[in-house]
Amino acid sequence: MAYLTEQVKTFGGLNCHVVSTDKFKTTTIILRFKTPLDERRVTARALLSHVLKNATAESPVPQQLERRLDDLYGATLSSGLAKKGNAHILSLAITVANERFISDRTPLLEQALNLLAEVAFRPLTRNGAFDKAVVSKQQRSLKQYIRSVYDDKIRYANQRLIDEMCSQEIFRLHTYGYAEEVDGISPEALYETWRTMLAQDKIDLYLVGQVEPETAFEQVKNVFHFAERPAQAIKEERTLPAPEKVRIVEERQAVAQGKLNMGFRTDIVLGDRLYDAFQVFNGLFGVFPHSKLFMNVREKASLAYYASSSYEGLKGLLIVNSGIESVNYDKAVSIIKDQLKDIQGGRFSKGEMDQTKALLRNILLESLDSPFSIVNLLYQRVLGSTFTSVEDRLKNIDAVTRDEIIEAAKRTALDTIFFLKSEAA
Amino acid sequence: MKTVSFSELDETMIEERLPNGLDVCILPKTFNKTYATLTAKYGSIDNRFLPPGAREWLQAPDGIAHFLEHKMFEMPDGSDVFQQFGRQGAQANAFTSFNRTAYLFAATSEFEKNLETLLDFVQTPAWTDQSVEKEKGIIGQEIRMYADNPDWRIYHGLIANMYQNHPIKIDIAGTAESIAQITKDLLFECYDTFYHPSNLLLFVTGPVDPKAILELVARNQAKKGFRKKAAARRRYPDEPKEAAKKSTVTHMDVSMPKCLIGYKEKKPFRQGEELMRHELSVSLVLELLFGRGTENYHTLIGEQLIDDSFGFDYTEEASFGFSIIGGNTPDPERLIGRMKEMVAGFKRVPLDKAAFDRARKKQIGGILRAFNSLEFIANQFTRYRFNQMDLFRLIPALEALALGDLKTALEEHFDETCFSSYTVLKK
Repeated sequence: MAYLTEQVKTFGGLNCHVVSTDKFKTTTIILRFKTPLDERRVTARALLSHVLKNATAESPVPQQLERRLDDLYGATLSSGLAKKGNAHILSLAITVANERFISDRTPLLEQALNLLAEVAFRPLTRNGAFDKAVVSKQQRSLKQYIRSVYDDKIRYANQRLIDEMCSQEIFRLHTYGYAEEVDGISPEALYETWRTMLAQDKIDLYLVGQVEPETAFEQVKNVFHFAERPAQAIKEERTLPAPEKVRIVEERQAVAQGKLNMGFRTDIVLGDRLYDAFQVFNGLFGVFPHSKLFMNVREKASLAYYASSSYEGLKGLLIVNSGIESVNYDKAVSIIKDQLKDIQGGRFSKGEMDQTKALLRNILLESLDSPFSIVNLLYQRVLGSTFTSVEDRLKNIDAVTRDEIIEAAKRTALDTIFFLKSEAA
Repeated sequence: MKTVSFSELDETMIEERLPNGLDVCILPKTFNKTYATLTAKYGSIDNRFLPPGAREWLQAPDGIAHFLEHKMFEMPDGSDVFQQFGRQGAQANAFTSFNRTAYLFAATSEFEKNLETLLDFVQTPAWTDQSVEKEKGIIGQEIRMYADNPDWRIYHGLIANMYQNHPIKIDIAGTAESIAQITKDLLFECYDTFYHPSNLLLFVTGPVDPKAILELVARNQAKKGFRKKAAARRRYPDEPKEAAKKSTVTHMDVSMPKCLIGYKEKKPFRQGEELMRHELSVSLVLELLFGRGTENYHTLIGEQLIDDSFGFDYTEEASFGFSIIGGNTPDPERLIGRMKEMVAGFKRVPLDKAAFDRARKKQIGGILRAFNSLEFIANQFTRYRFNQMDLFRLIPALEALALGDLKTALEEHFDETCFSSYTVLKK
């Protein structure tokens, strides 16, 4: 049996994907809108995601919408944005209990689909503008959300690294936009953003749960109407080559612990021959408790509680994160650089390599146990030009050789260091 | 071997208590991964206890249960058991809470080997003076990481406000000073007191054969020759009913002030069905007071006193309990005043039956959603069991609640003398 079975049907401009599984006690429905990242609309789309979720023509007061969700046995409605490479994705999602676990057997799926359609297509608008009061409330909410990044120093330092490192690239744009732009978005402009999104974005709807595909397709077809549209071209900028000299940016704040972020560049991205090799290299470098970073920065040198790396496979970035005493900066940076050199020089055992592959395999299979991870996995088909089945991915990871890992590591170079250090240091 | 079916949830659990006292609970599920937890009924609050065979009560340094959790991963040959799990394709982890320490793994292959590894590493204490010293640097950084997290600080700050003597007020990880006092021998004393199989619960869920697991675990345990042992003896200090401190204000480098209020539970000694009923009742009262479907919530949004970060929660376990409400706010003092008025106003009017039914539906949906997660099931089942409750009985218990239960909870829990607040202002 295949690990994952997806059925897809196209209705006009909508691709509808159904994953029928009896693993879950709820049905998860996610509607995704994809468009190229653009500085003129990144903040407006963030505001739109807030506004859509809070009021519809039928339920103009947020309370009413909340109460309808509660009545649907605590259905949850959420909206959010993501940045994947140079794509900006707005998601509207509803999760709803499967009625077979509800004593009165109220049919919930159809109501949930209708509600999601209502949120997407029938917001509270008048004469080509969103409701002013709703917009103004959500402007405040969005500004606070954007500013709150500052309170989470780990996230803040990560964002600052990307600001510095990618200042000349589209990828620099913040997923939720910029606080200072929020108030300048008028209810009319927001309306335009919404219409453009409905008309031009690449649109995909996912249903995951114990649903009968044909019934689901029929219900979706009845309520979601998107006109056909030309295929979208998102230009992925290949990552810039790393500079000759590493850029080092420091900032002081009243933090107890310094937050060290190191940004590396690679020209290996999703779809490349060495993509899987890069995953194994990254695993070996900083994802697991046996990885070089954990073993050396934490276990051997006792410098940190966490030291890890993550790979942005659409953009070609490798980001290292660690929390250290500010005075240990030089020591930590030098250990981290040495770990990369060790992998580039082939100084890793077959055991480490096999362990990494086994754990990558585990992560992949485990992701099929969560409805949201299933959707994220399938959505790679939309993001990249190619799609590899779970079975083939497992084979590909397994087939990665030592030489390929070394080559992937060699095609990785340090670009920028951002260090948030304590005022006392 | 006992089999219990919960037909309305479509779940069947198998459980058995082994001769050495270890409880084994198995929930077969058709997922890819298997998730297993081995949990000790031992957490940060268990810092005063009588070690086996000792005559003197021991007062252990703050943070020792968590420190022990870190050192448990060390094997007798000095290696780290993470590596063994990794070779077997499993991701292992652990966490320490106020009253539990859980060791766990998730694996999609070599399940039986990994299960043996889990049992063996928790039942093989091994650490040296040197490795204990080394761990102090790592945990020191963990403590500092939390020190930079305002949400963590304010949550634990409020709990510390409420309690006069009870060790719930100490940080789970301790402080740099308290962990400096931890020694190899002290860790062994804690281990000997709290890690006997009769103080542990093994929970396994995933695509497993319960009979095969029971056999494997029974064989593994029989080899180790544990004798029956009396329950660990621990002691908590007497605690007044009232909140120890009404309010605390502190400063951090944040973009906006934060404020939490809460009520300390006066009688945190319920267990079993009584605890479940009380816990659900207080949670529903909170939902009716401040849930997103309420007037109150939208009034506070309208007055620009709260934002999306606003939330609430109720926790009660043997010997402690508290509600916590709040989030980011530009004006903590006014928000505190408004929330107090709302609680007082709520007590004056009759409870709304329609709102009660809606809140209950919402909770049922939330429980079903949580059951999508093996992690939730394993961790929460253990928590409920340690308090003589049954996770799988949550929905029937909710359905059995009456408005009168909420009324009682409202009068009893939301008592002004038990009120406390904690505020973080901008530096």
